[in-house]
This record gives sequence, C-alpha cells and structure tokens, in this order.
Amino acid sequence: MNRKRVIVIGGGIAGMESAANLASMGYDVTLFEKSQELGGHLLGWEKLFPTMRMGKDVVKFLDKGVHLAKVNIVKNSNITNASKNGNLFTVSCGDGAKYESEALVLATGYDIFDAKRKEEYGYGIYDNVITSAELEEIFLSGKPLLTTKGEIPKRVGIVHCVGSRDEKVGNVYCSKVCCVTAVKQSIEIKEKIPDSNVFCFYMDLRMFGMHFETLYKQAQEKHAVNFIRGRLSEACENMDGSLLVKVEDTLAGKPLRMSVDILVLMVGMVPSEGTKKIGTMLGMNFGANGFLKSQDQHTMTSISNIPGAFFAGCCGSPRTINNVFADARSAAMMTASYLEAYDIEERITYI
Amino acid sequence: MKNFGFSLSKDRQIDFDKSDKRIMDFVKIEEPTFNICIACGTCTATCSAGNFTEMNLRKMITLIKRGEITGVRAELSKCMLCGKCSLACPRGVNTRNVIFKINQALEKYSL
Ligand code: SF4
Ligand code: SF4
Ligand code: SF4
Repeated sequence: MNRKRVIVIGGGIAGMESAANLASMGYDVTLFEKSQELGGHLLGWEKLFPTMRMGKDVVKFLDKGVHLAKVNIVKNSNITNASKNGNLFTVSCGDGAKYESEALVLATGYDIFDAKRKEEYGYGIYDNVITSAELEEIFLSGKPLLTTKGEIPKRVGIVHCVGSRDEKVGNVYCSKVCCVTAVKQSIEIKEKIPDSNVFCFYMDLRMFGMHFETLYKQAQEKHAVNFIRGRLSEACENMDGSLLVKVEDTLAGKPLRMSVDILVLMVGMVPSEGTKKIGTMLGMNFGANGFLKSQDQHTMTSISNIPGAFFAGCCGSPRTINNVFADARSAAMMTASYLEAYDIEERITYI
Repeated sequence: MKNFGFSLSKDRQIDFDKSDKRIMDFVKIEEPTFNICIACGTCTATCSAGNFTEMNLRKMITLIKRGEITGVRAELSKCMLCGKCSLACPRGVNTRNVIFKINQALEKYSL
C-alpha cells in the first residue's frame, strides 16, 4: 500500500492533535519536535483555566492520540531546510536525514514575550518581578510563593497586557489568554496564601470564554481579588525590596501608587522563532503582526499560500487550548481534503 | 511671610499604602456582595439622586475600596435609599445594604 505522507512540524498541542487526526485517517504522518519531549508550552502549565484541571491530563490525551494512531515521531529535530519541489515537500535535519511528503502542517506555536523589553516594569532588574510563566513553574514545582528574601508575600500585584496591546513594543494585538490566566493565578495565590491581597491591573477584562466570567466572579466573591482599571506606567523598587507601582485608577479618575511584595507580569504571545524560520524557508505569507497568514480570515483558516502547506495553532494567532484543538482538527481536515484532491480554492469567488 | 502668588497644589494621588481602608474592611464583611461590583455604572445611571446631585454610587464604591473616604458622608447624605440601584445592578450587588453598611461604618469610626 502506498500511503500518502504528511509532515507535521511542532510537537505542541496543535502539532500532536493534527498529527493524531491525520494518522487516524490512514496517512503516514511524521511529527517533528525540536526538544526531547512532546507537549510544548503545555508542559509548563500546572492547572488550566477555567476548570482548574491538570495540564498533564491534556498532555496524556495528546500522547495517547499520537501513539494509538502510530504517528512517526522525530524528537530533538533540528530542521535545517524545508521546501517544496514540484508536488513534494522536503525537510532536512541537522543529522543529515531527509524526509519527504505530499502535504505539510506547520504547528510551530508561539514564544513568550521577553518581559525585559518592557524595561519600565523592572523584570530582570528588580528581584521580585516575575512573569506569569515563572509563577506557573513555581506552582508546578509545588514550592511556596515567596519573595527573594524568603518571606510570604502580603500583597501581590498582577499586570495585564505585558507585551500585548502596546505599540511601544511593537505588538498591537491582544494575546487572548492572559486576562483569564491572571484571574486563574490570582485565585491560586489566594488559595495558597489566604491572608494575602491580590491586585490585578488591567485595561479591559477580556472574559470571552464560556466560563471565564464565572471564574472572574469567583475570584471577586470567594477570594476577594481586587481589580484596578489602569495600565502601569512603571514599577520601582523600595528599600525593602518591595515594589512601588504607579497607575492611574481610571475608575476613580486619580493616579494611584501602592507597594506590592511580588509583581507578576502577564506576558503575551509572540510569533515563535521556529515559525519565522520554517515559515520563511517554505515561503509562507506572514500577517502584519508576524503570525502566519491564511488565505482568507473567515473562510480559509489554516490554509497557507503554498498549496499543500497548512498551519495550526498559535503560529497563526494567539489561541486558548480549546481553540487550538479545534484549529488542529480543522487543519487536519483541510490537509486530508487536499490529499483527496478536493479543491477548496475554487470556491473563492471574490479573488 | 511674603506672598509670591504661588500656592502648593494638593496631592491628588491615591497613596494606597497609607489610605484609610476601615470602611472597606467593614463593608466587605457585613455585605460581601460589595466585592463583586464590576464598576459598570448601571446603579449611577438609574440613581434618583444622581440626576440632580453629585451622588455617584459606582465611584463611591471604587473610592472606598481605594481607601479614599473624604467626602463619603456628604455624598451619601444625598441618597434617598429608594433602592432603584439594587434593582438595576447586573452583578447582584445588594447596593442598598452596601449603603446602609457604609453609613454604619461612618458612625462606628466617627468619620
Ligand atoms: S487577554 Fe487581557 S491581558 Fe492578555 S493581552 Fe488581551 S486584554 Fe491584555
Ligand atoms: S438607593 Fe440611593 S444610590 Fe440607590 S438609586 Fe436610590 S438614591 Fe441612588
Ligand atoms: S450596578 Fe452593580 S456592578 Fe454596576 S457599578 Fe453599580 S454596584 Fe457595581
């Protein structure tokens, strides 16, 4: 039997789920992951909003998917070249191995915004400024959340939109997941340190998901988390290592300052280096924000400008986990229909 | 002292580390729905007193949470306790009882 082959690049949620779906449809699928473990950013996440279920449960589901469907897995892959020649895609790796396929799915995800670039918030300068990803690492490790002096924080500040919705750092888009992550993490802080006070500094609270608003209300009702509308202009360090934050409380219509023992920055998503590298090798189109661009925002999602090359997940735009699942399955579907010679492009009447 | 025509401007900044959170702490315990206000302003939009005076319940709640309590007594005296705000609040804040409790806190701490 001569099965058609598909190469999937990126072993996070999007890559694993599209690979599992394609393999279960009978295609010969090879999944490339640059690190030694499948799971991507999800491996760094303890509990997931809005249900607080464990991230590792979802990793297990994905693992089972790729194993049951017998996806070929190439870990520690260092892709040095990816191109399309005639109807075939070719991917070369650093160890000299070459792979060919009839279709390709790019699922190279996002990188976390480098908080050092938002210098006025003091990340990398002041000890007690951490990122949401680092807070999650602390939760995952089971260690307590302490200041660098080893004290239990009495006040924790959470800053929304760090590296998102900010022309100063060149990212004008919303990263979508960080508002509800702030709510989730503030609840977790309060569960671990009930005597602490948590303050979220936000511009808008974007609680778009079905149960996000409920989680937000729970944070207020059960945990007395405080929400202050206003974007931090700066943070500076007090003599005792705590941080003085400055913000306009835009609901009170007054500038406000307060000290917090730990400041957590809700870092956004940026297009990953892998997406830039491999997307460029393949000649894929990028949108204005640097994420991959589909052929049409509404009707041609996951479909790139290169026939036979598709993309899934956060290499296309910031997404929540359930959106990535839906997107990965949709990319798998589009890939399969391409391989079965369904020409979706002929439906486009407006170009 | 010679008057040069200058005066010191009063600091408008809220200094959260020093502000007076007594009313907030009291109301939070006595009427917990105080915590779930989302500052939408529906109460203020419907307020009978707010159409004629400076009474602004949304803002008052926000300011009390920041410990900015000067002027609360004067503002609250304009409220007629009609309860329209409670009917309108989309979040289920028991605004009328919040107002009662703020009044009690004002008495308790002689503010
Ligand atoms: S989800 Fe919220 S915190 Fe994240 S960028 Fe959008 S508005 Fe900002
Ligand atoms: S109870 Fe007071 S604050 Fe509420 S609507 Fe009536 S006058 Fe306004
Ligand atoms: S209507 Fe309710 S939620 Fe809205 S500002 Fe008034 S008290 Fe708060």
